[in-house]
Amino acid sequence: MKADSIIKELSGWKVAPNLKDYNEARASFSWDAVRRDLDGLPGGGLNIAHEAVDRHADGARRYHVALRWIDRAGAAHDYTYGRLRALTNRFANALRSLGIEPGDRVFVLSERIPELYVAALGTLKHRSVFCSLFSAYGPEPIRTRLALGRGKVLVTTERLYRRKVKQIRRTLPDLKHVIVVGNEGTTPGGSDTIDFHRLLSSVDEAFTIPPTDPEDAALLHFTSGTTGTPKGVVHVHAAVIGHYATGRLVLDLHPDDVFWCTADPGWVTGVSYGIIAPLVAGVTMIADQEEFNAERWYGLLQDQRVTVWYTAPTAIRLLMKYGERVAGRYDLSGLRLLTSVGEPLHAEAVWWSVKVFGHPIHDTWWQTETGSIMIANFAAMDVRSGSMGRPMPGVEAAVIHRKKGGQIKPVQEPEATGELALRAPWPSMFRAYLDDQARYQDCFVGDWYLTGDLVRRDRDGYFWFVGRADDVIKSAGHLIGPVEVEQVLMEHPAVAEVGVIGRPDEVAGAVVKAFVSLKPGYEVDEALRLDLRAHARKRLGPVVAPKEIAFQPVLPKTESGKIVRRLLQAQERGSTEANRSHLDEPNEAEEP
Amino acid sequence: MNEEAIKTGVLRVLTRIVPEAQGEQIDPDVTFRDQFDIDSIDFLNFVLTLEKEFDVHVPEVDYPRLGSLDGSVAYLSSLLTAKVK
Repeated sequence: MKADSIIKELSGWKVAPNLKDYNEARASFSWDAVRRDLDGLPGGGLNIAHEAVDRHADGARRYHVALRWIDRAGAAHDYTYGRLRALTNRFANALRSLGIEPGDRVFVLSERIPELYVAALGTLKHRSVFCSLFSAYGPEPIRTRLALGRGKVLVTTERLYRRKVKQIRRTLPDLKHVIVVGNEGTTPGGSDTIDFHRLLSSVDEAFTIPPTDPEDAALLHFTSGTTGTPKGVVHVHAAVIGHYATGRLVLDLHPDDVFWCTADPGWVTGVSYGIIAPLVAGVTMIADQEEFNAERWYGLLQDQRVTVWYTAPTAIRLLMKYGERVAGRYDLSGLRLLTSVGEPLHAEAVWWSVKVFGHPIHDTWWQTETGSIMIANFAAMDVRSGSMGRPMPGVEAAVIHRKKGGQIKPVQEPEATGELALRAPWPSMFRAYLDDQARYQDCFVGDWYLTGDLVRRDRDGYFWFVGRADDVIKSAGHLIGPVEVEQVLMEHPAVAEVGVIGRPDEVAGAVVKAFVSLKPGYEVDEALRLDLRAHARKRLGPVVAPKEIAFQPVLPKTESGKIVRRLLQAQERGSTEANRSHLDEPNEAEEP
Repeated sequence: MNEEAIKTGVLRVLTRIVPEAQGEQIDPDVTFRDQFDIDSIDFLNFVLTLEKEFDVHVPEVDYPRLGSLDGSVAYLSSLLTAKVK
C-alpha cells in the first residue's frame, strides 16, 4: 500500500513558491497587506477591472499577453493587456451609450470566446454587475436566472440566441438589450438585437473607471439550494483581494506563468480563476473554445507550455480512462503546479497524477458563496492525498455541530465529523443572496458562516470532505438543485410525483437521477422514459437534466407528504432503511 | 454491414442517449455537442452504447472521431470492415 502523504522536498524548486512555509505564512498574513499590494483606483476606491487590466496596461506589462484564446480549429489568438484595455473600455462605453447604469445587471450566455471576457471586464469597468450563464443550460434555467437577476443586458451568440433566448425573450420585461456576437458576414439575431462588433466600433476607445466603492456589487452567480429557486450570490469589488491572494499563495502565480483554468465562466471558478485571478496576477491565461478532449488537452498543455493548471476531478478521471500511454506521447515537463476544484479528489487520482505528470494534483475547496479558495493543498506543503488541505492564510475554519435553538458548538477532537464553518468576514465573502435577506442570514451563526459541507479535521489540521449536509447534487463539479429538476419533470402530464437525487458515478462523482411515480392511466415503458428525459433535457439542458429515470409506484414520504430524498438515496445504495415508506418528519441536523 | 445500416444503428443509439434528438433534423457533419449541448457524460454513454450495439471496441483515443453522425458512421464502417477481413 502507498503512503497517504506526498512529502515535498523544500529545495531544488524551478520557481520558488510564494508560500514557502505554511505556518509562517499564516502567522504573518493580513488581508490589509494584500489590499496594499493592489493598486486601487487613481481617484480612490477599488475596481476589479482596474486591477485585472488597466494597471498592467498602464505599466510594463502592456505588451504582455493577457489572454491567449484557442479557437475550435486550434489556432491561438493573443490579446495583450493593452489590447484588452482598449476592448473593455469600448464595452464600458457601449453600456453607457445604451443608458445602462452602474448596478444594472449584464448577463452573458456564451461559449468561451474573447467577447465573453471583454464583456465581463467592460461590465466591471462600468460598475454594472456581471453575471455569466452556462451556455449548455436549456431555456428554463436561462429564463429563471435572467428573471431573478432582472438582467437588463444579455450578451450572447447568434446560435444561442436562436436556440434558447428568442423563445423566452417576451417573458423578460426587464431585458432591454440583447447584444449578439454573429459570425462575420451573417445577420445576427434580427432587428431586435444589437451587433456586438458594430456596437463596439461605434464608441470611443478611452474610458476612465469612475470611483468605485470596494463594497459596490460586482459579480452575480447563481447557485442551487435544496429548496426553491436558485440563489443569486452577490460579490463586491473587494473580492479581488481574495482572488489576488489565493492566486499568489494557492495557484502560486508568478509573472512568467502560463495559467490554464479549464472551468467555464458559466460557473464561479471560471470567473474567479478563469478571468480575474490570473489577470490580476498579470500572467498569460489560456482559454479554449472547445470542450474536453484528452488529446487536445494534453496538446494544449504541451504546446502552450502551461505552467500552472487548475482543473476538475471529472476531467482528471476522464484523462485517467485514456491511460498513461496517451499522456506519455506529450512533453508535459513545463507543468509546475496542478490544482483541482469541484468535488473531492480521490487519492487514486493524486497518485495517478504523480505518475503521469511527475507532480501530485493539489485539491482545493471553496464555494460560490466564499468567492475564492478557502482550503487548499499548497505547493510547498505535503499533500495528503484525498484531503481538501488546510485553510488559506487569513481564513479561519472550524468543524461545528448545530444544536437545537440555532446555536453551534465547535468540535475540538480530531477526526470527528461536523459541518465546516468559516469565520466571517473575508474580502471575497458573498454580501447577499439577491432579494433574500432571510436566507442570507440563515447561513450565519454569530460570526461564523456555515458552509453546508460535512468534513472532518485530522490531527495535523488537514480537512477531509465527508459529504453535503443537504440534498444538493454535485455532478461533474456543478451544483444542481433537485427542486429545479423536479419542477420541470412535474410539468410532464404523466408525472404524479418525483424525487431527484445524485447517484454515485465513477466519472462525474454523481449523476442526476429522478424517481418518478406516474398518474393513473400511464404505463411504465421505454418510450415514456425517453419522452420524460427528452422533455427535461430540452427545458433544462443536458447538464442539469436527469441522466437516469426510475419508475416506482410510491415514493417515500413524510407524514405531511414531503418526498424524502435521503431515503431515495438510501434506496439507491440498497439500504434496508428505505423499506419504510413513511416516517416521522426529520429533525434538523442536531448534535449527535 | 452497409453504411445505411450503420447510420440507422448510430441514430438508434443517439436517440437513446439524447432522446430530444428524436424527430430533429440532424446535421451530419456538425458535432452532437454543438447541436444538442451533450456533455462529456452523455458522450461517454454514447460511445459505450455504440460499442455494445455494434459489438466493437473503440479505443479511448478514437472517441473524438465519434463526435458527429458522419464521423461515427465513417469510423464504425472502417472498424467493421477491418473486423470482417
